[in-house]
Amino acid sequence: MKCLIIDDDATARLIINQFCLSDSRLEVLEEFPDPIQAMKYLNQNEVDLIFLDIHMPNFSGFDFMQTLKNPPRIILTTSDTNFAIEAFEYDCVIDYLVKPIELSRFKKAVEKALKSSVVNTNNDKSGISQEESEDDLYVNIDRRLIKIDIPSIYLIEAKGDYILIKTDDKNHTVHSTLKKIESKLPNSSFLKVHRSYVINTNEIIDIEDNSVLIRKDVIPVSRSNRSELMRRLNLL
Amino acid sequence: MEKPNLSYIKKLSSGDTIFENKIISILKEEFPIECESYENSINSDDFEAAAEMVHKIKHKISILGLEKSYNVAVEHEKNLNNRSKTFASEFDNVLKIITTYLKGV
Repeated sequence: MKCLIIDDDATARLIINQFCLSDSRLEVLEEFPDPIQAMKYLNQNEVDLIFLDIHMPNFSGFDFMQTLKNPPRIILTTSDTNFAIEAFEYDCVIDYLVKPIELSRFKKAVEKALKSSVVNTNNDKSGISQEESEDDLYVNIDRRLIKIDIPSIYLIEAKGDYILIKTDDKNHTVHSTLKKIESKLPNSSFLKVHRSYVINTNEIIDIEDNSVLIRKDVIPVSRSNRSELMRRLNLL
Repeated sequence: MEKPNLSYIKKLSSGDTIFENKIISILKEEFPIECESYENSINSDDFEAAAEMVHKIKHKISILGLEKSYNVAVEHEKNLNNRSKTFASEFDNVLKIITTYLKGV
């Protein structure tokens, strides 16, 4: 099996690599400290198995999995035991290894990966696909159309070829653009304040010079968008 | 207080000294940087960044066979995520012990 290792911790990558060396059926193609780099690699290369850390700064293993249209088999590696239930909600997740990983446990996970047959249903739809009612938006994540309640969205951030949709209960990373999602959202509540950010104006806490506070996020406001933002406010 | 050890690393290596040296050299290189980053974060009350660093250091603590210290790190990370420094001093002791140990390896 052709494998990738994605972990921001060099010691963790080295340990998994060492484990892989002990099994001739495994070939480690690449190691990545940053999941974004791995996404680029996966666009051009086929892999059978990914050892994926969950807890990484800025972009978690879960965020990463949501970006994969046809995910390979994935073995999650983590120091946290409390993500297990969420982990197995993903069809591609074969096993969940808690660090420090023991070789015997690693071998068991690899055997599971070898035996498993992930159903690869081709789903060409990507990104935002459809709006069913005024309050719902459907996004395509990991071969599933996931319903998002539009009023629960408080912030959308552009991240390269992806957008991060932040909602009351969850963040969703979707292969799409700000322009596309903006066209699906009601103008009355959503406003692009910067080339990388669309905000829900109902969620504004305060505005200071060239930034706006949306819940805990301080979002830059570009000069060209500031006048429209000010126009929307009910100023005293 | 428990002492760091190389049992886990030795078990992983099955006698592969290149691997042993490599992992020890990563520990020696990364640990002081992560400690410094943690200290800067906690001293400036950046709880989120401090918790992030504790999470990273936690794995190194486990690699060095420090089971009780690992639990301290787990609790410290949880507390930091709730903006509490309750376990800060205990965690500092863990960092000191590892720092001293790595200097001698």
